This record gives sequence, C-alpha cells and structure tokens, in this order.
Amino acid sequence: MTIASLIDTPSELTDSASSKTAIVLMTRIRLARNLASTPFPGWAKPAQRAEVFERCRDAVAATAPMKRNLAIGVQELSELEKQILVERHLISRELSGSRAGSGFVINRDQTFSVMINEEDHLRIQVLRAGFQLRKAWNAINDLDSALEEKLDYAFSPSLGYLTACPTNLGTAMRASAMMHLPALVISSQMEKVVRAVNQLGMVVRGLFGEGSDASGSIFQISNQTTLGESEEDILKRLGSVLNSIVEHELNARQKLLEADAGKLFDKIGRAYGILQNSHLLSSGEAMNLLSLVRLGIDLTLFPEESRSIVDRLFIETQPGHLQHAQKGEFEAGQRDLLRAGRLRAEFANFARPNFTLPAGGSN
Amino acid sequence: MANPLKCDLCSKPATVHLTQIVNNKVHKVDLCEECAQAKGVTDPSGFSLADLLLKASLNPEPAAASGLRCESCGFTQNDFKKHGRFGCPACYETFIGIVEPMLDGMHKGTVHTGKVPQRALTRKNLSDRLSKLELDLTAAIKSERYEDAARCRDEINQVKQSISHAPSR
Repeated sequence: MTIASLIDTPSELTDSASSKTAIVLMTRIRLARNLASTPFPGWAKPAQRAEVFERCRDAVAATAPMKRNLAIGVQELSELEKQILVERHLISRELSGSRAGSGFVINRDQTFSVMINEEDHLRIQVLRAGFQLRKAWNAINDLDSALEEKLDYAFSPSLGYLTACPTNLGTAMRASAMMHLPALVISSQMEKVVRAVNQLGMVVRGLFGEGSDASGSIFQISNQTTLGESEEDILKRLGSVLNSIVEHELNARQKLLEADAGKLFDKIGRAYGILQNSHLLSSGEAMNLLSLVRLGIDLTLFPEESRSIVDRLFIETQPGHLQHAQKGEFEAGQRDLLRAGRLRAEFANFARPNFTLPAGGSN
Repeated sequence: MANPLKCDLCSKPATVHLTQIVNNKVHKVDLCEECAQAKGVTDPSGFSLADLLLKASLNPEPAAASGLRCESCGFTQNDFKKHGRFGCPACYETFIGIVEPMLDGMHKGTVHTGKVPQRALTRKNLSDRLSKLELDLTAAIKSERYEDAARCRDEINQVKQSISHAPSR
C-alpha cells in the first residue's frame, strides 16, 4: 500500500475508543533485535545499511501479520508524512531523522510497525488500544518468533539479545502504557506518582516520549530495565504498577467530586465552551481542553458515543495531521487558527454536557 | 574544524593520524580508515600507537585503560566513550570488561532470564553436539574401539544433516 492510503486507513489508535480505554488509552510493546555478525546501524557503512534494510524489510513483509503493509525507506517520505507517523506513534523521531538505509514496515491496521536501522537493526512494535499487556505480548512474541525463522539474531546466553546500547540488553523489551490522568494532574499528585513509579523501576514520560511535555494529562509509563528479569516478570510488574495508578486516578476523581464538584464541572464546562467558540488554539491548549471533555465523558457528563470523537481529535489536532487534512504546510500561527476552526466544527454538533450525575452517583 | 585533514594516499577525510619517530626524524601520516587498514596500521601490534595518538587528539586526559578494539568491526573503547553505543554484536565480547561493571547499576540483574531465540539455540546445541562427537570419534579411533567409532561417525552424519536441514532463510 502507499503512504497516502495508510494515512487514510482507520487505525488502532484513532478508531478503537470505548469505555474500556477510559484511563489506559493504549498499550505498546517494542522489542529491539539485531542481526548476528553485522555492525549496528550507527556504525555500519552505507552499503551494509542498505543490505540490512533490504534483508529485514523482505523478512518482515513476508510474515503473516504484515501481509498488507507499507514498506518504505524514510528518505522516500516527505517531512509531513513522517511527522504524521510520529504523531501516531508508528515511527520514532529518531528514525524520521535518519540517514539513507533506514525505513520501516507498517501493517494496514497499524497495530504492528517494524523500524529498520533505527538504533538497532530491528525495532519491532505492537500497539493495542486499551490496557492489553498480555495480548500485546502474545502478538509481538509470535511476530518475533516468525522473524527469527528467517533472520539470525545476535544473542548471548548470558547477556540476552545484543543491542547497540547496553541499556537495552537482555529481553530488549520496552512495554508501555499511555494513560490519561487528569485528576492526578488537577490535584497536583503527579509528581508524587512519578517518584513512586521511578522507585519501582518504571519510567514516566510525556505523550511523545523523552523530553515531551504532558499536555492533555497523557503520560507514558514503561519499564526501565531489561536485563535480569524475564518478559513475563517485567509485564507482571508493570501491570501491577499500572493497576495501582488507575486506582489512584479513580480515587483522585472521587475526591475532586466530593470536595467541590462545582469547581470540576466549571473546568469541564469552560473547556466545552472554548472548544465550541475559540478562534486560536495551540496544540497544547487543545490537548488540555480535550482532556477535560474526556474526563467529562468518564464521569458520564457527556454520552459515551462522544469518546471516539475526542480520542480522534487528540491525534488529528496534532500539527502533522492538521496540515495533512488542510492539504498544505502552515506556520504555527496559522495552524492555531486552523485547529480552532476544526474544533469549532467538530464541537458544533457535539452533545451538550449534562451536569446532573445519575442517582446513586458520587455526589 | 573548517578544513579537515585529508588522507595522504587517497584524499578522503583522514581519521587516522600516525606520527612515527625513526632515526630522530619525525614522520607524520594522515590516513583514512580504509587506507589505514590496508597499510596494516590497524593491526594489533602496530595499532596501539595509532590508537594512542587518536585518543590523545579526542580526549585531552591520558587514557588509563588499554585501547581495546573490536576485531570484527574496528570499534574502539574511545568510540564507545563518544557514542555510548557499540559497533557490532561482537563488541560485547571485546568490551565485556567495560560492560559488566556497568550492568549492575543499569539493570535489575546481570544475567538474561527471558526469551531465548529457538533457532539460535538449536544451532548452538547442534554445533556443541557435533564437537563432542568429533572428540569421541578421535578418542575411539585412538584406543581402537572401532565399533564405537563407527557409531560416532553415523551420529556425526546425522547431526550434520540436521544442521543443513535447519530452517534457513
């Protein structure tokens, strides 16, 4: 398939919203793999990189889950196309800035993406909507085993899968969950959570990974270490950390409602008003407003059907997607105008909030 | 650097700069990586000088550790200091002395306990089995146990066959 048709195909990330994805929006697992006796991408000569790219691309594209796919080198894509894939978490920023000989294979529904010649020869990724560590692991484990039939992996019995950076040795697995934690942010508890999570050997990052801010109250939580523990153990540990964060978020929501429901409803109501009427919205502000409306959906102030619209807009109001929809390239200031216009249109027909919580509710 | 040094032999950018003092005369040579390799500057005995010189130019403080260098990809200890990444899988054998002390603070344990790629494992088991059988065969012939020798030979043929039938690309 082509990049244009991939971008226009409904994806796991933009089209799977349900109440099951309320707090954990999506689960991702990635495995780093390298070919035996072959220099790592950062040290390989251009001819070696090209050879590795072709070998890996053909092997990946031939596996069952990748049957319908886009397999392409990064240098064949425009900046905007690469940005869209980064916004969908399908490729990394690092890969999008790579030199020739790097590329990827992405399947049609965008649940699998395999980056080739990023930091390692292969970065295999699976992405599932909702809290799905177990399913995601089974899926990526199968793909990895299928690839191993065709490619000779660099592996040491004591150090595990050999990776360019020693921080990824062992399982070379990074499992992460994207979480929406507005109540923890509103009640200023995020710092405490981050510290506790760090102590448990997990890392908290913003929406777009290292160094990105946490606009929209969306965070990524992942394991930090990869050696000395089996995949199962890492996933079990991460799973229990995620469960306890979910619990804390739910408690924080309850407390906010008990302490001053009016204050919380005011925030949500104002967010709705701004989304309906504003004319200039930066991507950060739009994310924060959408986050409040999303919280309103969780609290049943808005109908559940509205969730898929909000989740789609989280992605589609990002700069790359916005420019793609408008078929052009625009300055940041113009983008803010376009973004607000887009949101006004979406929210013109968006169900109004109903601030009476159901009987037996928490008020 | 506005004007990088060029290789004295082929005018590519020079990355190896060699200074030799022969009979009280200083000789300086600037080479690119390929020419350096071709001229044998990078062979283990000759390399230490070049490596030291290279280090001195990149790292003002004198390097205490010996200049290790990966035999398969030419990656040096200094390269690791610069990039924080290794050059190839074999680097982990060369630089294990550097890696091992780092692992303790970096990870939960220092030994892999997770998934093992089955094909790599099968390949390794078969080759281990083969080397053991070959030893047995030699021993059997030496001590004139010809029946044992014949059995070893048959088994070796079997193992060799499974190696060649192992899944390949």
